[in-house]
Amino acid sequence: MPTNKVEGPKKEHRVFLYTLSTCVWCKKTKELLRESGVEYEYLDVDTCSSEERRSALDSLRSRNAQIGFPIIIVDDKTLITGYKPDEIREALEL
Amino acid sequence: MSVTADKVRQRAEADARAHGIYLNPDQGFLGDLVEGLRRNEERYGYPSCPCRPATGVFDQDRDIICPCDYRDPDVAEYGQCYCCLYVDSKTHDTGEIKPIPERRPQEKMFPGETGPKQPAAEAKAPQPMAMRLWYCKQCGYVVFREEPPYVCPICRAKREFFAEVRLTAERGTT
Repeated sequence: MPTNKVEGPKKEHRVFLYTLSTCVWCKKTKELLRESGVEYEYLDVDTCSSEERRSALDSLRSRNAQIGFPIIIVDDKTLITGYKPDEIREALEL
Repeated sequence: MSVTADKVRQRAEADARAHGIYLNPDQGFLGDLVEGLRRNEERYGYPSCPCRPATGVFDQDRDIICPCDYRDPDVAEYGQCYCCLYVDSKTHDTGEIKPIPERRPQEKMFPGETGPKQPAAEAKAPQPMAMRLWYCKQCGYVVFREEPPYVCPICRAKREFFAEVRLTAERGTT
């Protein structure tokens, strides 16, 4: 799945975000990661192709994830829905 | 001609005033929300919530067209709506804005977009929905939709004031 990668010096964890291009909470999440120097990938599910979106939804639903944005997946196991700075920092050991 | 950000902001200001609430006092935050609404109106034809996934199918997105169906109960319970465009007077004064839980039911998120074999959502016909008539027992307002509104748009009565209109067959027929 083609995604956007934001480079950063902290690469200890694999961080993936599902976001909406218009969502302010998603923007804040991206800012938090960028300011913390965390490398991450993201997919804006409102501007991607419908195939990419379906694939993303299938992946999220297979995890029983609640759909709400942003969705942050750390190391393919910890899933955080919504902008929760404390939980994000804890998962990323920031 | 597409809508301008100024127009979107003025519309939201007028709606907030009419309902005795306020817009997000953080001007940067507010500017981003207004731009998101403008962008959604441009691409979908209606200003759906910038923080929620729209399908582009009006009937599926109707509940999240700003001001969304969930704004009034969220402002009442949390002092702000889901995306934080609208806040109550206390939140406006303190400026304490935070993410709140999603009230929109999960089954409304991308309905039908579940399998890779399905055709594109944009090309799909809207799902048939159980549309019913509801009336407000306080003011008589009648609305045709799946569920009654959280708050009566006319008299502000709560959802509990709504009852289903049941149309019965004419008497005298056999």
